[in-house]
Amino acid sequence: MNIASFAPLAVLLPILGAALTFLLIRHSRAQRTVSIALLSLTLLLECWLLASVWNGGTAAVNIGGWLPPWGIVMVVDQFSSLMLVVSSSVSLAVLIYATGQGMADGDRDAPVSIFHPTYLILVAGVSNAFLSGDLFNLYVGFEILLTASYVLMTLGGTGPRIRAGVTYVVVSVVSSVLFLIAIAMIYGATGTINMADLAIKLADLDQGTQNLLHVMLLVAFGIKAAIFPLSFWLPDSYPTAPAPVTAVFAGLLTKVGVYAIVRTETLLFPGDTFNTPLMVAALLTMIVGILGALAQSDIKRLLSFTLVSHIGYMVFGLAMSSVAGLGAAVFYVAHHITIQTSLFLVTGLIERRGGSSSMDRVAGLAKLSPMLAVLFFVPAMNLAGIPPFSGFLGKLGLLQAGVQLGTPLAYALVIGGVLTSLLTLLAIARVWNRAFWRKPEDAEHPDPVLLAAPEDSATGDRAGKTNVTLLPRTMVGSTLGLVIFGVGLTIFAGPLFKVADQSAVDMLDRTSYIQAVLGQDAPVPAIAQPEPRVVSK
Amino acid sequence: MSVNLTLLTVMGALYACGIYLILERSLTRVLLGLMLLANATNLLLLATGGYAGLAPMYSKDTAAGEYNDPLPQALILTSIVISFAVTAFMLGIIYRTWVLAREDEIQDDAEDRRVAKTPSFDLEDDSVIPVETSEFPLTMLGSDGQSVSDVPDGAEATVKVAGRKLDAGEAASEEQPGSLNVTPPKEGGGQ
Repeated sequence: MNIASFAPLAVLLPILGAALTFLLIRHSRAQRTVSIALLSLTLLLECWLLASVWNGGTAAVNIGGWLPPWGIVMVVDQFSSLMLVVSSSVSLAVLIYATGQGMADGDRDAPVSIFHPTYLILVAGVSNAFLSGDLFNLYVGFEILLTASYVLMTLGGTGPRIRAGVTYVVVSVVSSVLFLIAIAMIYGATGTINMADLAIKLADLDQGTQNLLHVMLLVAFGIKAAIFPLSFWLPDSYPTAPAPVTAVFAGLLTKVGVYAIVRTETLLFPGDTFNTPLMVAALLTMIVGILGALAQSDIKRLLSFTLVSHIGYMVFGLAMSSVAGLGAAVFYVAHHITIQTSLFLVTGLIERRGGSSSMDRVAGLAKLSPMLAVLFFVPAMNLAGIPPFSGFLGKLGLLQAGVQLGTPLAYALVIGGVLTSLLTLLAIARVWNRAFWRKPEDAEHPDPVLLAAPEDSATGDRAGKTNVTLLPRTMVGSTLGLVIFGVGLTIFAGPLFKVADQSAVDMLDRTSYIQAVLGQDAPVPAIAQPEPRVVSK
Repeated sequence: MSVNLTLLTVMGALYACGIYLILERSLTRVLLGLMLLANATNLLLLATGGYAGLAPMYSKDTAAGEYNDPLPQALILTSIVISFAVTAFMLGIIYRTWVLAREDEIQDDAEDRRVAKTPSFDLEDDSVIPVETSEFPLTMLGSDGQSVSDVPDGAEATVKVAGRKLDAGEAASEEQPGSLNVTPPKEGGGQ
C-alpha cells in the first residue's frame, strides 16, 4: 500500500471542514465541533504518515493519475511529515484557544463565524505547501495560505489592523509575483515544473542561468521567511492581529518559507553556490532582529522581533549544507514553531489578565496569576536556549555543525548565535522583570485592572464585577497543552534529532526523493561536492 | 524555443509601470501597480509556451511540435483567478481605509514612531546608582548622600538637583516632560 495515497487528505479534510463550517455559519456550537473534529482527524492522519516514514523512505502520489513530469505530485518524506505533524498540533491548539476566547467574549470582538472557515483554509494551504512536489502547486499552496491570512490579519476591520493588513498584503503579493516570475523562467529554461524532474534538468543549465533562477527563488522565499533585509514587514504587521491569529502566523507562515528554502537549497540547487551570502544573511537576521527586540516595550512586538531573529538560526543551519547543520535546522524549525506559538498565546493571556501587552502598563502578574507566570517562563527559557530545553539542544546542534565546518564565517556565525541567544535571554528577562516581578504600583502607567487585585487570584475571576472571564479554562488549557508539547520536544529530542539527521541525509542525497517521484530507474545527477553520509548520534 | 517580441515588449512596459506604481503611497495606485505586475507575469508565462500552435487535442496526422504547449495556459488561468481574488480583497481593504481614515494613503505605524522617538535613557535600567562610601549604609535618596533618616518626622524628603531643592517624588519623575527640574522658559520671548 502506498501511504502517500492518503496524503491529499491532509489538504482535503481541512477544506471540507471549511466548506462545512461555512454552511454552519449561524450555528457557532456546531461550527466549533466540526472544525475541531476535522482538524484532529487531520492530525491523526499526519501522525500516521509520520509513523510510516519514521525510519526513512519517501512516498509519492500522482494526483488524478497524471504521470509525474506532467501531473501534480505530492511527496511524503520525513521532513514534510514532521512539519505536517508539528504544524497541525500547533494549529489545533490555537484553534481550541480561539474558540475558548470566542466563547468567553461572547463573540463580540470579531466575526468568529468567518474565523473557522478561513482558519481551516489556512491549515489546508500550509499542508499543501509542505506536501507539494511540484513548484506551481507549491505556489498555489502559498496563495491559499496567504489569502486566508489576509482575511485573518484584518479580522474585525479596525483601524490598526487595516493599516497593518495593507503592508502585509502588498508585501506578500509582491513576493508571490516574484515566485511566479521565477516559476515562469524555470519553465522556460527547462520545460518542467516538477521538482524531482527539475532536480535533474536544472543541473544541465549553464551556471549563470542557474544562479539567476536560484536567486529569484531565494528572494521570493526570503520575503515569506522574513530573512533580514526582507524582514521589515513582519514586526509591522503581526502584532496588531488578534492573539490566536498572531500566534499561528508566527508559528507557521515564516516556517513554510524556511521549508521552501530548504527544498530549494537541497533538491533544486544542491551544492554551495550561495552558502556564503546565505550565512551572511543569517548572521544579520539574528543580530538585527534581536537588537530590534531589545528596543521594544510591547511584548507582542518584542516577540515578533525575536521571531525574525531566530529565523537566522534556521538559515544558518541550512546554509551549511552539511548533514549536521541541516539536521539541526530541521529540529530547530520543529522546536521554534511550537515555542514561538506558545509565547504568543501566553501574551494573549497576559493581555486579557493585565489589560495590555505593553510592558509600561502590565506588572505584578507573577503574584496575580502564578499559573500565567509558569506558562510564560517555560517557553521563554526554551526560546532563550537555557540548557535542559529543546532550544538549547537545537542551538547546540547548530553550533557543533558550525564548528565542524570550521571556516572563519562559520565561526563568526557561531559567535553570533551565542550572542543572539544571550540577547534573547536579556529581552525575555526584561519582560519577566517588568510584567511579572515588578509591583503594579511601580509600572509607568499601571492598568487599573492590576491595582484592583481580585479576591480569587487562582482563576483570575473578579467575582461579581464583570461577567467576562479573564482567564477561561479552555484558553489556559490549550496554552498549557502547547507548552507541554514544547517540553515533550525536549524529552523526545533524541529520537527527533535522529529523524531530523536522517531526513537531512536523504535531502542532501536526493536519490530517494527523485526515485519516489520519477520511478526507480530515474537518473540521479551527482552533486558537485558529495557530503559525507554520517548520521551523528 | 522562439519568442514573440511584441509580447515581450508589452510585458516589459507593464512591469515598468507596475513597479513605478507600487512605489507610490496612494493605495489605489499601489493596487493598480500590483494588477499590472500580475498581468505582466501572465504574459511572461504565456511567452514560455513559445509560438502559438494548434489546439492541444490529439489527432493522428499532427506532429508533436505543431501543438501549442497547454501547460502555461493552465498556469495563467490559475494565476488570473488568484490575482482576481487578491484584487477584490485589496479593494475591500482600500475602501475600509477610506471609511476609517478618510485617506487613500498608507498609514504610518504609530507604535513604530513611538519606539523610534523613545530616548535611549531608561529610568529603571540606566539611572546612576549612588556609590556607597559610608561604613553605616543608609537608604539613599539622592546621589549627594542625603538619606531618608536625616529627614525629621513630618518634613518632606527633598533632593538637591542642579542647585535647587526638589521634592523627592518630583525628582523621581524628572524624565517626564514639564517637570519642575527643568527651568521654565521665560514667557514672551525673553522680553
